[in-house]
This record gives sequence, structure tokens and C-alpha cells, in this order.
Amino acid sequence: MFDLEPTEEQQLMVQTARELAKNEMDPKAHDADEAAALPVDFLKRSWELGLACAAIPEQYNGAAMERSAVTGALILEELGAGDLAMALAMLAPAGVAYPVLDFGTEAQKERYLRACTGATFPQLTAAVMEPDYDFDPTALRTLAKRQGAGYVLSGKKCLVPNGAAAETYLVYARLDGAADGFEGVAAFFVPKGTAGLSVSDKEKNMGVHALDSVTLTLDNVAVSADARLGGEGPINFERIMSYARVALAALACGVARRAYDHSVEYAKERKTWGQPIATRQSVAFTIADMRMELDAARLLVWEAAWRLDRGETATKESYLAKMIVDEMVLKVTDEAVMIMGGHGYIRENPVERWLRNARGFAAFEGLALV
Amino acid sequence: MINFQHHEMLTNLANAVEQIAKDHMRPFTREVDEKEHSNPEQYIKTMYEVLKMTGGAMSSPVMGAKQEGEKKRRTGNVTSICFVEKLAWGDCGMYLATPMPLLGGAAVGAAGTPEQKAHFLKRFQEGQPKWAAMAITEPGSGSDSGSIQTTAVLEGDEWVLNGEKIFVTAGKRSVEESEGFVVVWATVDRKAGRAGIKPFLVDHHTPGMTVTKLEKKHGIRCSDTAVIVFENCRIPKANLLGSAEVKASASAAGFKGAMATFDATRPPVAASAVGVGRAALEYTRDYLAERGVTPRYGINRNKLTSTEKELMRMEAKVKASWLLTLKAAWMADIGEPNNLEASECKCLAGRDMVWVCQKAVELLGPEGYSRRHLVEKWMRDSKIGDIYEGTQNIQKLVVARRIFGYSREQLA
Repeated sequence: MFDLEPTEEQQLMVQTARELAKNEMDPKAHDADEAAALPVDFLKRSWELGLACAAIPEQYNGAAMERSAVTGALILEELGAGDLAMALAMLAPAGVAYPVLDFGTEAQKERYLRACTGATFPQLTAAVMEPDYDFDPTALRTLAKRQGAGYVLSGKKCLVPNGAAAETYLVYARLDGAADGFEGVAAFFVPKGTAGLSVSDKEKNMGVHALDSVTLTLDNVAVSADARLGGEGPINFERIMSYARVALAALACGVARRAYDHSVEYAKERKTWGQPIATRQSVAFTIADMRMELDAARLLVWEAAWRLDRGETATKESYLAKMIVDEMVLKVTDEAVMIMGGHGYIRENPVERWLRNARGFAAFEGLALV
Repeated sequence: MINFQHHEMLTNLANAVEQIAKDHMRPFTREVDEKEHSNPEQYIKTMYEVLKMTGGAMSSPVMGAKQEGEKKRRTGNVTSICFVEKLAWGDCGMYLATPMPLLGGAAVGAAGTPEQKAHFLKRFQEGQPKWAAMAITEPGSGSDSGSIQTTAVLEGDEWVLNGEKIFVTAGKRSVEESEGFVVVWATVDRKAGRAGIKPFLVDHHTPGMTVTKLEKKHGIRCSDTAVIVFENCRIPKANLLGSAEVKASASAAGFKGAMATFDATRPPVAASAVGVGRAALEYTRDYLAERGVTPRYGINRNKLTSTEKELMRMEAKVKASWLLTLKAAWMADIGEPNNLEASECKCLAGRDMVWVCQKAVELLGPEGYSRRHLVEKWMRDSKIGDIYEGTQNIQKLVVARRIFGYSREQLA
């Protein structure tokens, strides 16, 4: 029966994420953005809460929470409301853990899932995006050619989260000769220091300054056969991308919600000609619009997540949800800047950062997973 | 637990309603648009039999809710909007011509005494097709319903009504063409403002009540939109809906009843808009698919053609409006206050379904402008969803007041 009430377990996890966002993320976001570095110990402290990789089974020492895209969407909205750069950083290991959980060989599970259930933050990250205007997960330009028993990878990856500190990258590539589409895509574990792999300096992006993101250049990087995720078995890259779209769209809902909440508070306090600007229709209606667009877009995200949980691939649903959410978050953060007037353009005001962060979503693909 | 799947029984029923829409609405949809104010006899007859058979579960959200059983979770509101969406998908004007209590019935359901419910609602279970209407708007009074000029004066055991009502949906069918009724909003004390405004139940063919005009409209031409004039129209004292007391406070019982009605009826209005939007979306999708255009989900958005992108946006917007409407109805079912959500879904669906239908006309090119296709009709039909039961701006006003906790005096 139709229902929109999260379970008690989900509500508890949401509460944990909300407190992290409120106490550790939001208040430190401005300084982190200006310093272009995460707060000291942020990864360590957030890792201890176990939010990022909660669905790893007990046999790998995991918390064995049910794997649920809906739960993930609920949590990620909270983290997105905290700070996007910090959220993407703390979630980076899940970009490796969940594909390994779903498609990895037993040896890969032993190795990487255990790394994701230890006490210390695992330096694992996934490399999906490529620096092209028409970057397309169904037509990756990074290629994997068979060579002997192994593979040789060549291509370029960008926006690799935690890229400088990462010790192992899960690099997605199109198998040489495979036609366009999700089917011809494989993923390979590439340790830092592998010959032919170069890691750029930290990228300088429009937003998410605190995120340690890098560009990888793969120049004939040779890896062994067992470096391929799932061995010779196929991975369902299409499904991985649906999880990623749900994750990013949920984070975007969080960014939008934070900007909306901020606008509501400001509009109640700021007075012109003796009255709060919230009593002016132009402002009140704008804020009503922000709320309405957010509430609608969030349901698209939940629905796509729900389909994933039912075992569907949900390509269409997650794609449409992300399309709408990407437009929504930009509109909401842009309006938030407008409501602040000149103050919104000043970097001390968080709306300025939220607008820069929001602009990224239209480009982001595969940057986070639920 | 978050779940987007309906109860199997509801799914089956909704499919049955869609079949009615296919068989009894779509074949006549162009005809009832071209011949304004004609009666879709076959549809009316068929639907009345269906409604009698199903015990009026579809008749109004309030009745539907009551019949689901109080202990189990109520599903009346969700059920109702699922049916409305399907019927509006068939034809929105015909849906509004469905012989059922509509808004008038919703008001009786929300604020009526047991006697009033028995007298005014039971008739929908028997005999010939009937309608019920709601008369609020006047030439000088719209969403600012506190400014209503129609008067009701108590003379002995009767209320005497005088005034003019416009935009009465199904007005003629309710009071002249069937044994239905109309809920008329009138003031018992002009000095008291909103607190003096009360709803009165006026039976069909009551002397002193005349339908003076049927509006010619942009769309939903099958729905009669009447002007009704009351000249010393006498009704029994017992036909006042709710309390007769004139309270100074804004929570006066009469108004509260009206507002309760609107919280329950805005989601169905949103659902009717979504039905029209979905019709336009599906038609456009099929039309383009036949010409080799199929949207490529999953690829980089910069690679999409503009046609693909617009079609996808249409699809996403129809779905977003529908989900928000479901949310508002679901909240009503679980007993959560849904004033904000009810206005949100009406605002969004009203606005976006107009956009969706306009896009449908655009994407069909010159063909879209031709009356050979239904998209131009749906575009005209969709606009009413953006207007009636409170325009987009009025809905924003309600949403904004809720967000800020402002009264209507603080945010007008």
C-alpha cells in the first residue's frame, strides 16, 4: 500500500546523519571551502558513525544493514544539507564497496569490504567521470585492452574524490571493441604508483573546494586479470549508474533544502519598510515555489530508489529524477542568493557556496553511490 | 515503510476505471468539445450505473474515506484521486459532467448533519443520474470569499436567499436537469465579514433559483459552468450546513467546514490536471515513437536532441505532479494535516500540466495545432487546472502562509 513513512531504523540513521550535518559539517563548511581542505579529523569522525558503508554483511565484519537505495537517499539528503564537499569525501569508499559487494569476486570482497569495515577511513575511491563536455557513461573513452592474461588501460578520469590520498582507484573503462552501451564497461582496481598512472594536483573546481578531487591520466597502465572487478563475470554498470544518480539527486535535495531553510529564516528576519520581506508576495511566492519544487523532486528520487530496492534497474526513473533535481537545486540555490540580495553574493554568506556547489550536479555522474 | 505500490485492489479498480475512460469517454471526446454543452448521454448513463453499483465509493473523497473502515488505514483519498486521474485522462470535461455529488457532496460529507447526509447524498444511490454543485464565486468575489454579497435572511422557518453566483460547475445539471442540489454560500451578516458567511443546501428546482447563463469556455466544454440567480429563494431552516452562530474569530464553523472541504478537494483537482497531462504525454510519446523518436535514457544529457529532452521533461513533470498529489492524499488518509501539501500539489500540477500540454502541441509541430489531434484540446482543457479551486497564485499564498505561520492578514 502506498506509504511515505520511513521505517524506525531509517529514522534513526537519518537522525545520526542529521546530527553529523548540524554539528560537524554545516558550521565548518565555510572555513573548509575557503581553506580548500576538509576539517581536521572530519573523515575519521564521520567514518566512526558507519553511515557510508552500512550495508556490508557481517561475514566481512560489516554492520549488515539492509542494502537499500531508499535508506541511502534519506541519509544522503541529510549529508547534502550539511556540506556537499564533506559528504562526497566521506562517501567515496562506498563508491568502491558497493560495486564490490554486488559484483566482486570472493577475494575482492575479502580485501576491499574488510578494508571498509575497519576502524580507519579506507583510502579507496572510484574513477568514473571523464573531462569531456559529452562525457557519457555509455560511451567511455577510457579503454581497457586485453594484454596477455591482464589488461592495459588508457584514458583520462576527472573529479576523482579523495583522489590525492587514495591508495587504490576503481577505474571504469570500456572494453576495447565493445559497442557503446552499459554492457561493454568493466572496472579495474589500480593501486597508486602503478606504472603509467599519473595523479594530478588537486583540481580547482567552481565548488566543492574542500573535496580533494584529482584528474587521473592512464597511459598504458598494465593490470593483472584479477584486478578486474568481478573477474571475467559481467558487472551491471547500468545499475551502478542508477544507484549513483539516486545518490547525487538525494545529495542535491539536501543542498536545496538547506538553502530553502536558510531563505525562510532570512525572510522572516530581514525587514524592509518596517515589515519582514516574507510578507511581500514576491519573496513569499518565490519561497513557496522553492518548497514545492523540492518536495516534488524528492519524491521522484525516492521512487527511483524504491524501484532499485525492488530489483529493477530504474535507468529511466533515476535519469528523470536526476534531470529534474539538477534543475531544481540550481533554481532553489539561485533564488536563495536573490532573496539575500547583495549579501547573497558575498562569500561569507553560505548561499553563495550552495549555488556554486549546486551548479556541479548537472555535470556530476557516478560521484557517489547508495 | 516507503512504498510506491498501491494495494492490489486499488490497482485493479483503477484499471477498470481507465477501461471506462477508454470505452466511454475517448470515443466522444472530440464531439463533446465541438458541441459545447451537449450531454454525453451514454457516458452519463454508464457512469451512474457504475457509481450506484460501487456504493458511491467514487462519488466524493469524503464518502470514499468513510467507507474504507475506520480501523484499517483509510485509503479513501488516495483511491479517489486515482479514479479522478483516470477519468480526466479520458476527458476532463466529461469527468466534470460525471453524475456525482462533486464539490457540493464533499461539503455535505465534511460538515453535514446525519439528516442532511441522508437527504442530500442518499439520492445518488438511486433513480436517474444526478449532480451536485458548489456556488461560491460572485461577479465581485473570487478567492476572497469573505467578500460574498449574496444574502441569507431567516424568516420564520425559512432562509431567504438573494444574490448572483457565477462559475458554478455542473450548476445547470445539478439544479435544473436533475434532482440534485447546490451548496450556496451566503452571508447572514455582512458586517461580520467571513464569520457571517454560511453554506446553504438548495434543492433542485427550488422556486426563486434560476440558471441565467452557461459560459462558453476555452476548454472543458462538456462541463456546464452556470450563472445562477437567487431572487427571494426560500429554503428550509434546516438546510444551513454547519453552525448558524456568527463568531468573530476566523475559525468560525462555517468557514472551517469550507476549508476542510478544500483541503480534501484540491488533490482531486490536481489529479484531474495530471490526467490531462498524462493524456498529452502519452499521445506525444506514441506519435513521436511512430516517427522514430525514442528517448535515450542514461546517456549524457548534452547528447540528447531537444525533442528528446522536452519529452523527458514532460514525462518527469507528469510524474512529479502525480507523486506530490499522492502524497497530499495519503496525508489526508493517515490523518495528517495536509493544508500545505494540498495546495502544493494543486499549484504544481496546475502549472506544470499546462506546460506539458503546451509542449505536446509544440512537439507535434504544425500537426499539433490541428484539431485532427487531441493535444490542442488537452492544452485548452489543462488550463482550467491552473485556475479553478484557487489559481496558482492563491495556492502559493496558502503554501507561503503555512511556511511562515502567517495569517491572511499578515500575508495577503
